[in-house]
Amino acid sequence: MKKYIVCICSGTTCFVMGSAELQTLADHLPPELKDRVEIRFSHCLGLCNDRNFSRAPFVTIEGEPMGGATIPAIIERLGKLVSGNA
Amino acid sequence: MLFENDATRIRREVLVRIARAYLEGNLIREIDRIPLEMRPRNAETVSRCCVYKDRAVIRYRCLAALGVGFDEEKDELTPLSAFAQQALDRKKVEGPVLSVLEIACHACVKAHHKVTDACQGCIARPCVVNCPKKAVSVVDGVSRIDPKACVNCGKCQKVCPFNAIVKIPVPCEQACPVGAIAKDAQNRSVIDFDKCISCGRCMRACPFGAVLERSELLDVLKALRGPRPVVAILAPAVVGQFPGSLEQIVAGMKRLGFAGVVEVAHGADLVARAEAAEFTHRMRGGATFMTSSCCPAYVQAAKRHVPGLMAHVSDTPTPMHVSAEEVRKQNPEAFVTFVGPCVAKRFEGRNDPMIDAVLTFEELGALFIAGQVDVAACPEEPLERPASAEGRGFAIQGGVTKAVQAYASPETPLKPVSINGLTRTTLLQLKAFLTSCPGNFVEVMVCEGGCVAGAGVVGQAQASAQKIRLLTGCGSS
Repeated sequence: MKKYIVCICSGTTCFVMGSAELQTLADHLPPELKDRVEIRFSHCLGLCNDRNFSRAPFVTIEGEPMGGATIPAIIERLGKLVSGNA
Repeated sequence: MLFENDATRIRREVLVRIARAYLEGNLIREIDRIPLEMRPRNAETVSRCCVYKDRAVIRYRCLAALGVGFDEEKDELTPLSAFAQQALDRKKVEGPVLSVLEIACHACVKAHHKVTDACQGCIARPCVVNCPKKAVSVVDGVSRIDPKACVNCGKCQKVCPFNAIVKIPVPCEQACPVGAIAKDAQNRSVIDFDKCISCGRCMRACPFGAVLERSELLDVLKALRGPRPVVAILAPAVVGQFPGSLEQIVAGMKRLGFAGVVEVAHGADLVARAEAAEFTHRMRGGATFMTSSCCPAYVQAAKRHVPGLMAHVSDTPTPMHVSAEEVRKQNPEAFVTFVGPCVAKRFEGRNDPMIDAVLTFEELGALFIAGQVDVAACPEEPLERPASAEGRGFAIQGGVTKAVQAYASPETPLKPVSINGLTRTTLLQLKAFLTSCPGNFVEVMVCEGGCVAGAGVVGQAQASAQKIRLLTGCGSS
């Protein structure tokens, strides 16, 4: 079965502005997503160059950037992808 | 519980903007613009009623980030730039660590129990039957609580078969382990500084971000540009605070301009040895028990709430103090900056002449962002003198005990007791130790889990603790 790739930015800006918490994403995945998601961590994705950094922390889901990422927002997006409703 | 929230984000954003403006040489010119930049007229997100209220609150957040107390504002027209100048001219931040920003406090109603619309008006009526004060009655087919008679014992909530009764707490009051924050006549929260132990829990708990700490960020920034070498003493809880290794964090700090970075874990190791010797000495002298002294919030709690404990608190200075002393021996000119997870360390630092400034990891994070230092991309800077596992373990619950045990004399074996997180209950437990203590060495951590769960951390407490266990070879305790 296809695995969806979530890449969490571990650049310092994203980490301090919230991705420290995203490190625990795996513990929060609902059972139906557990085997369908691969979590990766990356160096700074370079998405935070904007001086207002209002959208850090960033993740990419299947290569598509998501700003202001939170665990519930990531899970919602993944749920849509997995169920084919994206 | 998820630690991150928008109040945390706003606090960090203010710190970054101020640090960035300073580093770019624009602080005085730009600081009055920060509230407007964070909440422009067409802002998509507004935290409160409108951008204007948001800006007013952010202005006060800037004051706290500058280290200025709210009571220093005599005229509301004084621009932030004037306060920034005043902050740049001062020698040291003084006064209490925490304060409540009155205009940000929501003045939430006093903690109470409430019957929600989930009440089915059942005929068993356990809420009515079990209320010891006869405060619950059935009106129009549903339960009602008479607030005048209710004593908030919570019995009705526990017995309701529909979970229809909820407790609505006051988050800051609920978080405070020593009853130091309470409502005034206008329902605004006020901190009683005779009781406050500066643990910072109210600050993390308030959903309106109304409790603020006065930062020393600017004092450190100024020192980094000044003539004295700035030496950072880095608390053992640093592991896991930033992406990358300890060696990369050190490299990143050097890039920010720190002349030297020393692990406080060295001081912790010395403290463990001294406490082990002190323990043997006390036991031989007939003492019933000794407690650790490294947690500054605990020492304040003992002093202010259970004074009888002070005779049992170890006299050994804290790892922060010992580390600062070591640095000064080698480099008397150094501007010694403690960097750690702890808000109470600010209190300790402000009262310790060995310490020039105290930063939290959150503030160090703001400096990294402002200075455009990406920690995980820094080359590893080898540590001049890596600290021992015993010293590094101080940051997690059980770590101090383990270290003291490693150095204790076999003649006087430790019977350890752990107070993992100060609450009203554990405070009473500590009090009871004065008459009967189940062991002879009591480790007290005000934050549950240890320093990694401090109010000034960036990393996840459990993840950080796990990393420290791996690093020190300490199992879960």
